[in-house]
Amino acid sequence: MKKKAEIKIGDAFRHGKAFIGFVTGGDPSIEKSEEFVLKMVQAGCDLIEIGIPFSDPIAEGPVIQEANLRALSAGATTDRLFGLAAGVREKTDVPLVFLTYLNPVFRYGYEAFCAKCEEAGVNGIILPDMPYEEKQEFLPYAEAHKVDIISLIAPTSERRIRMIASEAKGFVYVVSSMGVTGVRSEINTNLDKIIAAVKGVTDVPAAVGFGVSTPEQAAEIARTADGVIVGSAIVSLIAQYGEDAGEYIYDYVKKMKAALMKES
Amino acid sequence: MSKGRYGRHGGQYVPETLMNELIRLEESYEFYKKDPEFNRELEDLLNHYAGRPSLLYFAEKMTRDLGGARIYIKREDLNHTGSHKINNVLGQALLAKKMGKTRVIAETGAGQHGVATATAAALLGLECEIFMGKEDTERQKLNVYRMELLGAKIHPVTTGTMTLKDAVNETMREWTKRVEDTLYVLGSVMGPHPFPMIVRDFQSVISREAREQILDREGKLPAAVVACVGGGSNSMGMFYHFIGDKDVRLIGCEAAGKGLHTGQHAASIAKGVPGIFHGMKSYFCQNECGQIAPVYSISAGLDYPGIGPEHAYLHDTGRAQYVPVTDEEAVEAFEYLARTEGIICAIESAHAVAHACKIAPSMARADSIIICLSGRGDKDVAAIARYRGVDLRD
Repeated sequence: MKKKAEIKIGDAFRHGKAFIGFVTGGDPSIEKSEEFVLKMVQAGCDLIEIGIPFSDPIAEGPVIQEANLRALSAGATTDRLFGLAAGVREKTDVPLVFLTYLNPVFRYGYEAFCAKCEEAGVNGIILPDMPYEEKQEFLPYAEAHKVDIISLIAPTSERRIRMIASEAKGFVYVVSSMGVTGVRSEINTNLDKIIAAVKGVTDVPAAVGFGVSTPEQAAEIARTADGVIVGSAIVSLIAQYGEDAGEYIYDYVKKMKAALMKES
Repeated sequence: MSKGRYGRHGGQYVPETLMNELIRLEESYEFYKKDPEFNRELEDLLNHYAGRPSLLYFAEKMTRDLGGARIYIKREDLNHTGSHKINNVLGQALLAKKMGKTRVIAETGAGQHGVATATAAALLGLECEIFMGKEDTERQKLNVYRMELLGAKIHPVTTGTMTLKDAVNETMREWTKRVEDTLYVLGSVMGPHPFPMIVRDFQSVISREAREQILDREGKLPAAVVACVGGGSNSMGMFYHFIGDKDVRLIGCEAAGKGLHTGQHAASIAKGVPGIFHGMKSYFCQNECGQIAPVYSISAGLDYPGIGPEHAYLHDTGRAQYVPVTDEEAVEAFEYLARTEGIICAIESAHAVAHACKIAPSMARADSIIICLSGRGDKDVAAIARYRGVDLRD
């Protein structure tokens, strides 16, 4: 095991194309979330995203919205999510990021939140409702506690790509499609072009999320991207199998990582 | 600090997918608001379609009965579609046309904003889709059918609490799916910049007229203007041109529901704390973990957990005062206005009437108060009957 401070998000991109898996923390319980995360790690997941549930997640489709509500009804709180992250960090070196909305972070207090992230061993944070223009109020606290703010780039970003990517830390989260999270049969965005634009500005790895669910999609995206991010497909397994989802998640992640290794 | 700030409030807290479109909207708005042709067309719509200017009515019987300040009522209820919502919607729909959009989407609570949007879309030949909490579609079936008559497609929202907040969530999600040909016609002075500014500007026609009208009638400014506040569009419209008149008290009436102590209210100033939601920093009803709280009011139009950022700023600076008004007080005022002046007003507006009734008696007879009567009350008659234990169904 590495020392907590030595773990970096960049580590996730050193074992071929990265598989980044997401679960909503506390769905169906904090204990089960820890189990699911560790199953993902055993199956080859390179980076873990843990969602801190929010009552009104406006960038999420129905699958993750429902997971948020399940977690909140089961009693998830911000402090219990820090407990989950700390527990995971004790058992694995895999880089860990939170995904949540700005209000729970703002209420907790930016300084207190970032300090807790550092203490728990959380390496970064994704805030879908904090665009580039609004990050200044949060940035100093994140930097002081070595929490990378993960920048998002969307199909509509166009001329904004340069501005956003030039300040990116950890990895660049390329949003594959218009709309919200959720499994899609087809991705029509010209991802190659967006990734090329990102790569022209930064050496920070670029991973693609939103709508990715099959090994075929993952392999296709990994031709140009450094990794894929999968949320809804994993959360669907939890919605379907509940407390017994662990082995299904393991098999799924194994299959996805294998597809990515072929492209590595 | 980012754009669209009112003190520490406001901003643009939205997914990256929407940022380019918000920038485009702001640029288009800044261009068209100075464009004489745009302004001519909008004025024509407001005057010859919506029925502006709205009356400033002197409520003589109420004044006599309350025995204090002279009561004036700004009759936004007499606008086409029955509320102030049309002022903003005509502006935004015209802007959408100018921007080359072919489709508008909007949230609605009780249905006032949805009906207004569907109306403007029908008139201007835009495709229209309205998102409305499933619970609200059941409470306001008549408005659902009304919007369908106007050619709009209604999406009942089944997520979360199935009310206004969830309708806003779903409309934002829809906008991120399809921005190219679509404008989100936001219904209140809330959301990410530039919406609070655009909606305020389009609604400020209320105070522009009212200020002239009262000077004409009374020869001096009013001592106070009173309006109800949910997101805050009629109140911001009513306040705006009086903000510089330091001696005019600006009073916003929040929904205190069953009472502030019961937890069943929608009073974001009295009981909310600073937060970031629906694209803006402002005051929100929420729990200690920052989860947005379920809110309650007899009035579906005030049933919202936040308040527009400019109101939050007017509260911080003390320029405006925000007071809670309960369901019971609003219902009594609704009945009082009907009985006394022969006006059946929206239950939202009745919150403002209730507060005016409280303060008028202790004010000087030489002073005046303007109440913004934001909408008419046809939509609320059944709910008021129910509140009084009368079942209107056969």
